[in-house]
Amino acid sequence: MYRTALRNVLAHKGRLLMTALAVMLGTAFVAGTLVFSDTMGQAMSNSFSKSYSDVSVQVSDHRVGNLNHNDGAQTPDQKKRETLNDATLKDLTALPGVERARGVVYAFTGVADKKGNLVGEAWSARGANFVPDGSGQDPRYPIAQGRGPKTAGEVALNQQAADKTGYHVGDKIRVAGNGAAEDVTLVGVFTTDDPQVTSGGTLVLMDTATAQQRMLEPGRYSSIVLTAKPGTSESALLDAVRAKLPADSVSLETGQQLKDDQAKMVADSVKGTKTMLLVFAGISLFVGIFIIVNTFTMLIAQRLKELALLRAVGAGRAQVTKSVLVEALLIGVLSSAAGLLAGVGIGAGMQSLIHSMNEGMPTGSLVIAPVTVVTTVIVGIVVTVLSALFPAIRASRIPPVAAMSAGDLPSTQRGLVIRNAIGAVIAGGGIALILAGAFGKGAGARAMLEIGAPFTLIGVFVLLPLLSRPVVALVGPLLGKVFGTPGKLARLNAVRNPRRTASTAAALTIGLTLVTALTVIGSSVTTTVTKMVSGSMNADYVVSMANGHELSRDLPGLIAKANGVTAVSPVANVMWTVDGEDRAVTGLDAAAFDQLVKIDLNSGSTGALKQGQILVNDEYAAKHNVAQGSTVKIEVAEGKTADVTVGGVFQRNDSLSPIIAANALIDQYEPDAYVNEIMVKGANGPSAELKQSIKDATGRNPVIEVLTEKDMVDQFSRIITTALNIMYGLLGMAVIVAVLGVINTLAMSVFERKREIGMLRAIGLDRRGIKRMVRLESVVISVFGALVGVGLGVFLAWAATRVLSSDLKGLTTVIPYGSVLLFLALAALVGIVAALWPARRASRMDILSSIKTD
Amino acid sequence: MSTSTAYAAHTGLAAARATGLNKVYGEGDTRVVALDNVSVSFGQGEFTAIMGPSGSGKSTLMHCMAGLDTVSSGSATIGDTELVGLKDKQLTKLRRDKIGFIFQAFNLLPTLTALENITLPMDIAGRKVDKPWLDRVVETVGLSGRLSHRPAQLSGGQQQRVACARALASKPEIIFADEPTGNLDSRSGAEILSFLRNSVRELGQTVVMVTHDPVAASYADRVVFLADGRIVDELANPTADSVLDRMRRFDAKGRTS
Ligand SMILES: Nc1ncnc2c1ncn2[C@@H]1O[C@H](COP(=O)(O)OP(=O)(O)O)[C@@H](O)[C@H]1O
Ligand SMILES: [Mg+2]
Repeated sequence: MYRTALRNVLAHKGRLLMTALAVMLGTAFVAGTLVFSDTMGQAMSNSFSKSYSDVSVQVSDHRVGNLNHNDGAQTPDQKKRETLNDATLKDLTALPGVERARGVVYAFTGVADKKGNLVGEAWSARGANFVPDGSGQDPRYPIAQGRGPKTAGEVALNQQAADKTGYHVGDKIRVAGNGAAEDVTLVGVFTTDDPQVTSGGTLVLMDTATAQQRMLEPGRYSSIVLTAKPGTSESALLDAVRAKLPADSVSLETGQQLKDDQAKMVADSVKGTKTMLLVFAGISLFVGIFIIVNTFTMLIAQRLKELALLRAVGAGRAQVTKSVLVEALLIGVLSSAAGLLAGVGIGAGMQSLIHSMNEGMPTGSLVIAPVTVVTTVIVGIVVTVLSALFPAIRASRIPPVAAMSAGDLPSTQRGLVIRNAIGAVIAGGGIALILAGAFGKGAGARAMLEIGAPFTLIGVFVLLPLLSRPVVALVGPLLGKVFGTPGKLARLNAVRNPRRTASTAAALTIGLTLVTALTVIGSSVTTTVTKMVSGSMNADYVVSMANGHELSRDLPGLIAKANGVTAVSPVANVMWTVDGEDRAVTGLDAAAFDQLVKIDLNSGSTGALKQGQILVNDEYAAKHNVAQGSTVKIEVAEGKTADVTVGGVFQRNDSLSPIIAANALIDQYEPDAYVNEIMVKGANGPSAELKQSIKDATGRNPVIEVLTEKDMVDQFSRIITTALNIMYGLLGMAVIVAVLGVINTLAMSVFERKREIGMLRAIGLDRRGIKRMVRLESVVISVFGALVGVGLGVFLAWAATRVLSSDLKGLTTVIPYGSVLLFLALAALVGIVAALWPARRASRMDILSSIKTD
Repeated sequence: MSTSTAYAAHTGLAAARATGLNKVYGEGDTRVVALDNVSVSFGQGEFTAIMGPSGSGKSTLMHCMAGLDTVSSGSATIGDTELVGLKDKQLTKLRRDKIGFIFQAFNLLPTLTALENITLPMDIAGRKVDKPWLDRVVETVGLSGRLSHRPAQLSGGQQQRVACARALASKPEIIFADEPTGNLDSRSGAEILSFLRNSVRELGQTVVMVTHDPVAASYADRVVFLADGRIVDELANPTADSVLDRMRRFDAKGRTS
């Protein structure tokens, strides 16, 4: 039996090629993902492990940690921590078992390139202190050119950043924290293996006093790193440090813990990417299933007589099934082995791609774990064999008498009734769930959508054969009119075997459903956010830090003095406990309020802010049963409450908190509230001059962004566009597999219809006509799949936006018709491309051999 | 020589003509001479049968004369068009405009109705259908009630009648039929054959039919005998008996020589 199967595989290798390719691509995607993530994970943890080599215990200041990571408001008691200072450093140095102690200042610092723009990403722009030893060197940061910084006017820059910007020792460069920028002299260039820096970041070194002054406060450190004497264990040192310092003021970690934390962080981030990639690999494999099913169904139809003969001479049903499955097994083994090899190639390619995009990314030798090999091969085999199961069972049902019947075998159309009934039930149930979700509320609605969507997809796939005729009939008349006889024949051929057409188209339907749904959701969110942002601001510019950090307190005053500025207000964010619930409160200067913010008041006036009253939005008012004139009790600090009057109710506006207060009011209770935005209004609206004068006023800090409403919208839509592009790229693989499916089906159809094609050639259809016929059939099938996919995608996106609208008010479904049309056009193009080879083959077919009877 | 008799026998206008036609398949050990210096002409409005044992080159001759296959040497003309040297495109156009085909397997498109199959060559050519002519053809073939049926709904004989109607409907200069009754029972076969004969007699069509069946050959005006790729004899106004008789003589000759 194995020999028969092998012979069958070899005999049909041309016809099995596309199936094998489909399995290969899917498994290659899986293997590539695994190899890539293992390799990246190892390379990253290797590079990270180096960075803690001289750390035995690290003592860090909570507050500094928060400053670096927290983008939101802080509760007042977070600010009352003890700090790490020179005294602490001295105490710790004196501990027995301490070889060295290093006070570290490490925080955000940006560098401007020669044009004045920030180098690199704001999140990886760092500053630190240079700690020279007796010889003037800092072992942590070996100087490559020049020397270490000694005074406030000097800095050193990491090698990569210097290379990237073209700065040389002696140049004047501009550096900035969250306040005004400063021009300093570059005195040295250093190398480092700090992974934050090597992966594309910038690091500016200053002398310790300057670093403290710029990034923290004089005399203070963000952390202290202790190196143990030989013979002192990390944990022993940790205990000694703990005994010395009050436990709740600082956090203590051993070098090992830091390494472990890093390793875990690396693993988590790699795992996230890996999971996402595997989902897309799964989609590609799922698409491949349709091709495998199609191929085996067609092969069995072509071998019907042979199989019937086997049955007639005494083979049992199980034997027939088994012979087909063994064939699938062979293909599965061969293609997943090929897929594994290709996957290793993909893994290597992805690594060098990432490296070429970002030179700092760590690289390492490829990691091909045994689990990768096993997973890939097993996945490939299981998918292939399971996909062949139905065709194999159908093969076993071939009656022995079929061997005797003469003539062409009609394709079986039986069973479509049952199939349609099943499909209708599944799709109906799925659609009902989705509708219930779309019109429902809360977490339940979301769950219904999540369960309903896959059911709907599966149901529609089951129903695709039924849908093929009416959908193709829609485009049919056009084909005949425009393309004549080949067009008409193409349309008829496309619906000739609805099952085959359906499973060929289904592969494209999956891709198009996902692409369309993502695109529609993306454009809906973008449009809504655009509307939201556009509607909420009278200000011309918003000033903020590129990294979202807190802005320096001096900035509003500096900006107010700038030329052409008529109104300025910092936007304060505080958390107050109102009626026992934590509430975000937005603070603005009352005097400038009307010039900067656009809100629709249901009652009261914005002037109330000047009287120390607050404004609340309509939803809050309704929920808490307050109105203009009500008094609200606010807990502004632990155990301290204040009664505040509601001065007006405004319509919900998602760019503002439900509660708005004057900055003057906030200052009474919280003098250093968190400010990460400043709103600015100019005399004559936004202009290049106004922008420049604001920039000048902020000391041309490269980290400070001065954005118009439109800039912010563009920034947001760029994020969405980038996310969509990544998705498109990943779905591209599924589309390639789908194209293979179309090629496969067409090649098989051409083979099966070779006598017809010969006849058409004999009676006078030229090669171009034959090509056109095959190409148009391909286009019809592809566009059919795409149409269903686009329809489904729009429906799912509509439901999803309805469910999401509870989180994002005003979210409505916006269908980007241009993109949708583009998708359909691309599907048609896919059809044409997929038909290239089959059409060529059909047109080259020898007329005589195709019309010969025996 | 027998070839020259076959050539000389016909004096009217030729619808198709072969002169010194050679066709060789393969090379070396596998070399087969399928046609060996064949010269023959088929007169306009004549019903010619090509007879001969299996493997004698009947189909090859037909294919070469119909522009379906290339010749090794010699000349083949349809009307006054020389086929040898034509490119695929020109051959296709020639077949489309001047030649009708009937094959042994019915060779209809299963997706088209009977009527659509009949008008297919004209649809491909983008030519207008001559309605009265089409009606006449359909009526002659006896398919009037079945025009909207698909091939799967028709019997073998009916399918072959559709194929005949298709060949006739575009008024080709010549129709080539390769064993058109080979897959049919004798009654359906007889229908097709008388239909072909009528189309020659009543519609003035030229028909060349390949067959190995003496009864089928007896419907023709003239029978050309092929053996081993050569024309060995011909017979005018044949009957089944006279054809059979001729064939026996070749067999005897073949054995004694
Ligand atoms: N494509 C081919 N390749 C090689 N030999 C062929 C080919 N077609 C036909 N022949 C040979 O040419 C000879 C004539 O064949 P054919 O014209 O089909 O005979 P007939 O139709 O009279 O039975 C036979 O010997 C046959 O084997
Ligand atoms: Mg023959």
